[in-house]
Amino acid sequence: MTKTFFTTTALAGAVSLGVMGAASAETIGVSIPAATHGWAGALNYHAEATIERLEEAYPDMDFVLATTPDAATQVSDLEDMVATRGIDALVVLPFESEPMTGPIKRIAESGTWVTVVDRGLAQEGIENLYVAGDNTSFGHTAGAYFADTLDEGAKVVVMRGIPSVVDNERVAGFEAAIEGSGIEVVAMDHGNWNRDEAFTLMQDYLSRFPEIDAVWAADDDQAVGALAAIEQAGRTDEMIVVGGAGMKEMVDRISKGDATVPVDVTYPPSMIATAIEMTVLGLTTSAPMTGDFIIASELITQENAADFYFEDSPY
Amino acid sequence: MTMSSAKTTEKPRGAKLDLKVIGPIVALIVLILIGMSLNPNFLSYANITNVLARSAFIGIIAVGMTFVITAGGLDLSVGSMAAFVAGLMILTMNLLTDSMGIGVDVILIGIALSLVAGLIAGLVNGLLITKVGIEAFIVTLGTMGIYRSLITWLADGGTLSLGFEMRELYRPVYYGGIFGVTWPIIAFFVVALLGEIVMRHTAFGRHCAAIGSNEKVARYSAVSVLKVRLATYTLLGLLVGFAVVMYVPRLGSASSSTGLLWELEAIAAVIIGGTLLKGGFGRVWGTVVGVLILSLIGNILNLTDFVSPYLNGAIQGVVIILAVVLQRSRSTDR
Repeated sequence: MTKTFFTTTALAGAVSLGVMGAASAETIGVSIPAATHGWAGALNYHAEATIERLEEAYPDMDFVLATTPDAATQVSDLEDMVATRGIDALVVLPFESEPMTGPIKRIAESGTWVTVVDRGLAQEGIENLYVAGDNTSFGHTAGAYFADTLDEGAKVVVMRGIPSVVDNERVAGFEAAIEGSGIEVVAMDHGNWNRDEAFTLMQDYLSRFPEIDAVWAADDDQAVGALAAIEQAGRTDEMIVVGGAGMKEMVDRISKGDATVPVDVTYPPSMIATAIEMTVLGLTTSAPMTGDFIIASELITQENAADFYFEDSPY
Repeated sequence: MTMSSAKTTEKPRGAKLDLKVIGPIVALIVLILIGMSLNPNFLSYANITNVLARSAFIGIIAVGMTFVITAGGLDLSVGSMAAFVAGLMILTMNLLTDSMGIGVDVILIGIALSLVAGLIAGLVNGLLITKVGIEAFIVTLGTMGIYRSLITWLADGGTLSLGFEMRELYRPVYYGGIFGVTWPIIAFFVVALLGEIVMRHTAFGRHCAAIGSNEKVARYSAVSVLKVRLATYTLLGLLVGFAVVMYVPRLGSASSSTGLLWELEAIAAVIIGGTLLKGGFGRVWGTVVGVLILSLIGNILNLTDFVSPYLNGAIQGVVIILAVVLQRSRSTDR
């Protein structure tokens, strides 16, 4: 006969005491989309790099970084940040404008500093600070380059991104810039900011049109796909390709004087760094930081390409 | 172990030449006619090779998916798996380039790795489903998320790219070919042919259908249900690895958006082709037709301004449903 002893172990300390004592330091919540495509990847890279730098510079400051795959998750992320971390400031790149407006408005009304990045909310005057790229200028810069360099009657195909306000603004800016220049846009279809889809779309454009003088790929991932399709068809010398955002492979090609990729248009993912830094300044100093901060899109040419090349960035 | 309350009806396996059998082909022919009428370049050599070559990835995967679905299973992880395997392959090849230089041997190692990684990934899915006894839907939903996160993590959120010289050396595997037929098309054809033979003329194919039709009866008939089921997932994994071997030389890169929604396209192709989603009956040639139908819809929409690009998804949805309606309308008892 063996006797069995039941040892009762005291589960001391296993019960969580909750997050305490964080109230004395400033806590900043950062909520951005997950790295599902190149640009968002660079956004994550710059957000992490900035937070790392600021945590060293301000030891008493806490940062909470949450990356989110969709709008619904982002709402929960924000609720968690407010409820469990007691954030004093929020830097948010809304996944979608409409569904995020209400939740962010409630956070702002509770007295939390709110910085909105890139995608504006559906209602004005909610955020303290708005940091964004200029999508109209993004399209306009590319369109102006086409209007300057292409001949009258030149045929252009356009690759649009995921159907969204961002995409609409870019296309509107592009169309405004080429208006009256005699450039003909022969087709516009969605490549959804995806290399593979851009590749097949460009293949089909090439089958469809015997003459194409320029491709506005409107995004560097799409440009990569378009370039591969053009190379496959052996029509590299016939047309130029202008992407957008400033991916380092593209910037590299421009700096080497590639005839097919003469320029690129910036839409810097490092704007998240601008937003976080400005928010910290707004919290810690008396320098005024409220209002809108719009980052213009610049034309990357062979002359200035070196300024836009970031060795360590994944994008 | 999945104990499905099987009340399967007698499945129609008659080879009568009715709409049920030729439905997908009718849909394909209608699409080709529409394409021809809308754009004169539709039947050009370049366009046909483009469409066939771009169908190859989904096509090769869909052949494997046909076996999984026929055996009453499902795999949602193939798209993420493809992205992960592609990322793994690119990382390894870049690493090997540093030590071994630019050479065919690095490519061969990369190909071997891709096939083995796919095989193992499929085996893991299969083991979790058969040995641990979790539903296929849950297991592959889980691994789908896992592989998708892993590729994002491997790529640091960005894009993994093959070194430039290596890309040039590997490029012909997608773009090259013999007698004007590119390798992906040949690979797709061979895989489909082998798949059709295995499904129709081997014990394995018959066992898949038996298990999908009625697992209990299959077990009493001395079919090794678990082994066959494990084999279908492993085969699918291997084919995902093979598809990646064709995919990587195309753009030489992989990112978290690689292979997005491939699983649904593959499943849709299988069902359009006449395989039953609940299992019990599979048709590999039908799957091939299904894949071509899906590719052609996208191609035709790109070749015309017929509809607003916002509605592309709607057109695809309508054609998918119509293609299935064509073959099911006669048998309401299903």
